[in-house]
Amino acid sequence: MPAIVLSPSLAAVTVCVYGFIAYTAILSFTGSKMFARFDFVGWRQYERLFENPRWITAIENMAIFGGLYIIGATCLGLFIAILIDQKIRLEGVFRAVFLYPMALSFVVTGVIWQWLLNPGLGLEHMMRSLGWESFTFQWLIEPERAIYTIVIAGVWQVTGFVMALFLAGLRGIDTEILRAARVDGAPIHKVYTRIIIPALRPAFLTVFVIEAHLAIKSYDLVVALTKGGPGVSTELPSTFMYSMTFTRNELGVGAASATVMLVSLASIIIPYLYSELRNDRHA
Amino acid sequence: MTAMLESSSAAAANRPGSIRWSKQFGRVFVYGCLALLALVFLAPLLSMLLTSLKSMDEIRAGNLLSLPSTPTFAAWANVWGASCIGVTCGGLKGYFGNSFLIVVPATFISVALGAFNGYVFAQWRFRGDNLIFGLILFGCFIPFQIVLIPMAGLLGKLGLAGTIPGLILVHVVYGICFTTMFFRNYFITVPAEIFKAARVDGAGFWAIFFRILLPISWPIVMVSIIWQFTGVWNDFLFGVSFAAGTNQPVTVALNNLVNTSTGTKAYNEDMAAAMIAALPTILIYVAAGRYFLRGLMAGAVKG
Repeated sequence: MPAIVLSPSLAAVTVCVYGFIAYTAILSFTGSKMFARFDFVGWRQYERLFENPRWITAIENMAIFGGLYIIGATCLGLFIAILIDQKIRLEGVFRAVFLYPMALSFVVTGVIWQWLLNPGLGLEHMMRSLGWESFTFQWLIEPERAIYTIVIAGVWQVTGFVMALFLAGLRGIDTEILRAARVDGAPIHKVYTRIIIPALRPAFLTVFVIEAHLAIKSYDLVVALTKGGPGVSTELPSTFMYSMTFTRNELGVGAASATVMLVSLASIIIPYLYSELRNDRHA
Repeated sequence: MTAMLESSSAAAANRPGSIRWSKQFGRVFVYGCLALLALVFLAPLLSMLLTSLKSMDEIRAGNLLSLPSTPTFAAWANVWGASCIGVTCGGLKGYFGNSFLIVVPATFISVALGAFNGYVFAQWRFRGDNLIFGLILFGCFIPFQIVLIPMAGLLGKLGLAGTIPGLILVHVVYGICFTTMFFRNYFITVPAEIFKAARVDGAGFWAIFFRILLPISWPIVMVSIIWQFTGVWNDFLFGVSFAAGTNQPVTVALNNLVNTSTGTKAYNEDMAAAMIAALPTILIYVAAGRYFLRGLMAGAVKG
């Protein structure tokens, strides 16, 4: 009976995850344009991919966005988690306030921030009407700055989730150790840097993996907030893949870019899953 | 002089009064930071709501957070039933309905399958079980770009290209990876003695699941339902890739409404449309967010 129960899901995962990965990987070595053809051209599509300035822009943006997104959300999420862990009143209310952006879709988030940051009537307009006449904020339409608006919106959305993960970690720390440290007269900042933060190592790992995974997959947020623009200045690998595959009729290049995305994500996820599942067995 | 100052401040620090003062300062700092951050996190939602209730004239006259002098639901009514999205001009309501038609079956099927799978993984040992579970887990984390091209082909072969059943199938397939993980990690904490005792008493595979496991697993059922509902409702990539025309989910329609409008931007309508698309998942968080956090902390994600 266990085998019968498991088999439909296993069949689906085998075909739709691993079969499809294999299919896309194979396609990336063919000369496919509008339709899938199986004329193998070796690494030609990968060469074309990395000769494409749009792809280079996409990778640079990924580095900027991914780096700032991970650092920003981790620091802010940890800070909020520590504040909430100080035996405060209304803890449930505060948690809900920080967590609600996670319930929104990236499209909604993108639409909201497009409004908040729009140069005409948004933040700039509000600051000026409050009396700060020289306040200028036009990142949304500046090619050099637009990528940072995606970081802001992304951090706003994910920080609550990061906070929840850290809060779970903080609540799991042995209170005896903390009490002992306080009795020994350790100053509060030392308690954090020497005991609490090191004890949160597993939480940091989980947070990092989830953030990296979200960053590499980010697609909807960019589409809704900047449409990849101005020009191609906020192109990410995901938007590049989509436009190559579905609007430019470059199936081979699209498949190659998807494969690069998968390999970079897998290099983070696989060691993580491996260590998690090993620990599981010992526990 | 400095030495004297230092010693006197050290003495002051040891007096109970100043400790209370520094504690008070700490409290003020904690609540001050939290209040400020809470305002920053709430401001976008507040601005969205206020803007959706204004006319465009009032939006130009006021600012992001100014209160509407004459609140109106005109923008809401327009985007719900009249705005043009693509070639049809019936507003968001049809797409909103599509999202429900997709999310209800997709959530139910993927949670049920995940529960069965998790039960098998947690309680039956077989060769390579951990490897197979790992392979399913990896499916949670793949960038879906890698499956878009072949999935489009498969849906075409099945005759489901561009349809709502096609989207349900896609969401079930990639949803079971997550739900299987949730249930397996929850069921593995159930003591093995319970199963042994049940089997000695003659309970079969399904009897153990429905009579013993299911009654104690509502926290993880809640987590899975909330996770799947929000995930499927908020999906954009699959919707934009695999649904055609009037079968599209509300997220795709929202993006079309906001980002393809010609002429001057009607921000009040953008915000009303965003509110409509966001309401179901926000309501779920308000109603059941506590269970989600509690269940998450109980072991679905190991912190």
